[in-house]
Amino acid sequence: MLHGLGLGSAEELFDSLPADVLLKRPLDTPAALAESELLELFEAMAAKNAAARRPSFLGAGAYSHYAPTIIDSLIQRSEFFTAYTPYQPEISQGTLQAIFEFQTLVCQLTGMDVANASMYDGSTAMAEAVLMAERVTKRSRVLVSAAVHPEYLQVAETYVAHAGIELGRLEVDETSGRTSLDAAALEKDVAAVVVQSPNFYGCVEDLKAFAEQVHATGALLVVVVTEAASFGLLRSPGACGADIVVAEGQSFGVPVSFGGPYVGLFATREKYARQIPGRLAGVAYDKEGRRGFVLTLATREQHIRREKATSNICTNEGLIALAATIYMTALGRRGLQEVAEQCAQKAAYARRQIGALEGFSLPYSAPVFNEFVVRAPSEAEGLLRRLAESHHVTGGLALSRYSAERPNDFLVCVTETNKRADIDALVAGLKQS
Amino acid sequence: MANVPEGLFYSKDHEWLRVEGETGTVGITDHAQNSLGDVVYVELPKTGETFAAHDTFGSVESVKAVSELFLPVAGEITEVNESLSDEPEKVNTDPYGDGWMLRVKLSNRGEVDSLLSAAEYEDYIGSLE
Repeated sequence: MLHGLGLGSAEELFDSLPADVLLKRPLDTPAALAESELLELFEAMAAKNAAARRPSFLGAGAYSHYAPTIIDSLIQRSEFFTAYTPYQPEISQGTLQAIFEFQTLVCQLTGMDVANASMYDGSTAMAEAVLMAERVTKRSRVLVSAAVHPEYLQVAETYVAHAGIELGRLEVDETSGRTSLDAAALEKDVAAVVVQSPNFYGCVEDLKAFAEQVHATGALLVVVVTEAASFGLLRSPGACGADIVVAEGQSFGVPVSFGGPYVGLFATREKYARQIPGRLAGVAYDKEGRRGFVLTLATREQHIRREKATSNICTNEGLIALAATIYMTALGRRGLQEVAEQCAQKAAYARRQIGALEGFSLPYSAPVFNEFVVRAPSEAEGLLRRLAESHHVTGGLALSRYSAERPNDFLVCVTETNKRADIDALVAGLKQS
Repeated sequence: MANVPEGLFYSKDHEWLRVEGETGTVGITDHAQNSLGDVVYVELPKTGETFAAHDTFGSVESVKAVSELFLPVAGEITEVNESLSDEPEKVNTDPYGDGWMLRVKLSNRGEVDSLLSAAEYEDYIGSLE
């Protein structure tokens, strides 16, 4: 390459960089290893990751669920795995059909009419829902529940920072753990109310009551779901009156993987279809009447409409959406219900056991799905650290990470992957920590 | 050759305006519909909304693209052509008749003078080719 550029050395290549930012010694890289040695090195490093083998009760937006092996074996087929933006219908019927099926399943889960081909993740899907509500209502104030995942709220704040949209907050009722909707806050200029259910504290919100109040002022109800497994048990947001439903689809067969790649679900009512961000796959018929799948409504994306586009996304999470589609299809309606029931029942067991421990309490009274807040007798972060060190259990997430006013609170999540023995170990560990 | 009827006013954004008293009727020209191709959706404002001259009042979506619609003169929307939501193809088949888009109460009658006549618009689209 240096020769091609007409340069004598790497130093010459970087000549234009200021001298004070340059490393003035050779880069310290170890000598090359044979493949077998490299594998040994990595295995030794992986063995240090004790947390991966401990029973874990972490949730808060990233959930451990069992992923059937069929997912990896199908998504790694080269037709799906290696193609970049394979959206030309002439060569991509398989991909487009999979996206169409994904959208169909998302509509069925959420109880909505139309879903897009997916978003980057749940948080960006929520931010796009806020932007869409502004387009639909031409109003610029959006009220977000304080029980929405704090990181989702940060993403929304970034998205709207220069979009002329003001984000207001709806406080959480400290007894129930549910969002309080103050009628006074619902002024005529409110474009949308955003609530998460089950919310960040695990509490299931009364979406129906929200929908009535929100619709009375002409605003939209945006429902956020971070734990998609809950769709298997709870009444769909669509049936409760939501106008836009956004969700994180990671629970559907996607590993937690340090936070990504995940997949955002986005669904709405038919009347808002043209305001939906991103792209959609649709059914079309050719001259001979044969069914095919094509991208529809892509004319509203950035590469055609520039700054007038209906979203900041010009793509979708194709492969992860495919994984979620395979997960939903492999489990089916009954399977999704069973996963959800197991999550809820195991969580109820854990909640009962922990709630009975001396000094521990459950601050919120609202029903939960598979996650709940525990108030410990001492500072939660230290308690969880002792639990991991002495009892080899990752007991949950200390809420002090997000709020200094909650030093003793932590969030416990239980899924179908947690065995009864794990839960008993957690309870016994908490008792002794 | 595009149809450019006499008696209407035209904008360089390819909208036409028919003035009757204080009311103007607006649509897109035959040249515009022909360039867009098959229209599949027309997004229109609500009655009662007000716009300044050259403001975006909606969009028209064809199989090729989505294009903005610009109001040639300032005013308040008094009526929109609701039938276009079910039959957007009227914009193609009858752009100056059934394919009309909205009626506007003119805020400033004088603005009409800055628009093009049929002959001027014909010259203008001729210069684009």
